[in-house]
Amino acid sequence: MTHEIILSVRNVRHQYGERVVLDVPRLDVRKGELLALVGPSGAGKSTLLRLLNFLEKPTQGDILFHQTPYTPENLPLHLRRRITTVFQKPMLLDMSVRRNVAYGLRVRGERDGRAREDAALRSVGLQDLANAPARTLSGGEAQRVALARALIIEPEVLLLDEPTANLDPANVRIIEAIIARANRERAMTVVLVTHNVWQARRLAQRVAFLYEGQLLEIADTRTFFEHPSHPKTAAFLHGDLVY
Amino acid sequence: MDIILDGVKQAIGLLIHLDPALLEIVALSLVVSGAALLISMLVGIPLGVWLGLRRFLGRRLVVTTVYTGMGLPPVVVGLAVYLFLSRQGPLGELGWLFTPKAIVLAQTILALPLVVGITMTAIAAIPRELVLQLRSLGATQGQINRTLLYEARAGVLAAIVAGFGAIISEVGAVMMVGGNIEHKTRVLTTAIVLETRKGDFALAIALGLILLALTFTANWLMLSLQRRLDSR
Ligand SMILES: Nc1ncnc2c1ncn2[C@@H]1O[C@H](COP(=O)(O)OP(=O)(O)OP(=O)(O)O)[C@@H](O)[C@H]1O
Ligand SMILES: [Mg+2]
Repeated sequence: MTHEIILSVRNVRHQYGERVVLDVPRLDVRKGELLALVGPSGAGKSTLLRLLNFLEKPTQGDILFHQTPYTPENLPLHLRRRITTVFQKPMLLDMSVRRNVAYGLRVRGERDGRAREDAALRSVGLQDLANAPARTLSGGEAQRVALARALIIEPEVLLLDEPTANLDPANVRIIEAIIARANRERAMTVVLVTHNVWQARRLAQRVAFLYEGQLLEIADTRTFFEHPSHPKTAAFLHGDLVY
Repeated sequence: MDIILDGVKQAIGLLIHLDPALLEIVALSLVVSGAALLISMLVGIPLGVWLGLRRFLGRRLVVTTVYTGMGLPPVVVGLAVYLFLSRQGPLGELGWLFTPKAIVLAQTILALPLVVGITMTAIAAIPRELVLQLRSLGATQGQINRTLLYEARAGVLAAIVAGFGAIISEVGAVMMVGGNIEHKTRVLTTAIVLETRKGDFALAIALGLILLALTFTANWLMLSLQRRLDSR
């Protein structure tokens, strides 16, 4: 079976100062898939998402979007607007919840987004907080606003950095359902960073394991969990790798 | 004690009757300081945003210079502007000395570093991740800058208030480069100095009250603006 590749990493080495935090010779993200990215704290997961979103330029190597290498400087705006990230920290603006959710529409010059804002707020269960100042929200509420703010744009690629880290189990289920629906019904390509291997198992079609900046394993979800090929993967799955 | 009470009484009289001499001075003060503030904002806010966001070689030198500019002694600025604008000076041909333009120039030099410095500090305090988040949501650099200005609005308004406060109440430089010429370059502060020397306390007190009222009103307007922005 051949798959259309939407984003690829080629021979990327990324350094902060002298430290190499990412060394990934090759990684392909398939169009329409939900790829989970797991690995211990400090493995480089958030860094990889920043590179995939063209927010940072890798020290060496290329990131390809639809087979073409781009950098943050030369990626055309209309292509840049097809990828978005929900950061690990919600990073809300000091304005109302509704205006936060509407941000991506407003910068695209889309007027009458009201119906879409309402729908986005309803999907994350925050319609009653539409006019609340975002700074008054709880951690979990803020995280849901951040997700709604990304979904409303209907990106081609959605990069999620621990989107359920601050949520209670009921909300985790709601958010997982939203992510799964966006992936399945709207054919959105999703890269989901998570510490929670169970979440990866529930949602992803493929799972990648990042360890100390290296991609040690990438496989179908089932294979990844049942027959991990790398001993470090097995150790991670057993909870033997300390974060 | 009488001298003060009488002075205040007469001052109120002048204010109530909208004394033309008084109005002229107030109008010139507002126009001159308003122009200087406007120039400082138009140049200083974009510059402050840029300095707050960019990391470049020599940035520390620029920042130190800006901070030094925030504490420039007005008489030194007055002296420098005087020398530049004097007939033999490099800008002597402009013929600006002892005109309102000279005052605007001196006041701009005093207000600009305050506007740049405080705006820069407010913008630099915004987490870098927020800039990435906005970019990731599809904002152009211009849109990002505007959003950051909004996020840093309390600091930016403080920058404007500080700039206005510094120049509306300034006397040394204005006296030196404006010359306190009646009907031409006489502003609130220089008029207060003159009237006090002449012993015309009524006019001096009236001018002083207006100066306080102006500063108060300016700050009030800024705070109201901030509250309106906050409730969006
Ligand atoms: N801007 C930066 N400057 C210097 N070092 C950085 C920077 N960003 C990340 N790092 C370092 O790079 C490494 C990888 O960080 P990253 O945030 O990608 O890890 P992560 O896998 O997302 O971890 P976590 O699960 O804790 O979020 C870490 O050691 C971190 O300290
Ligand atoms: Mg991370």
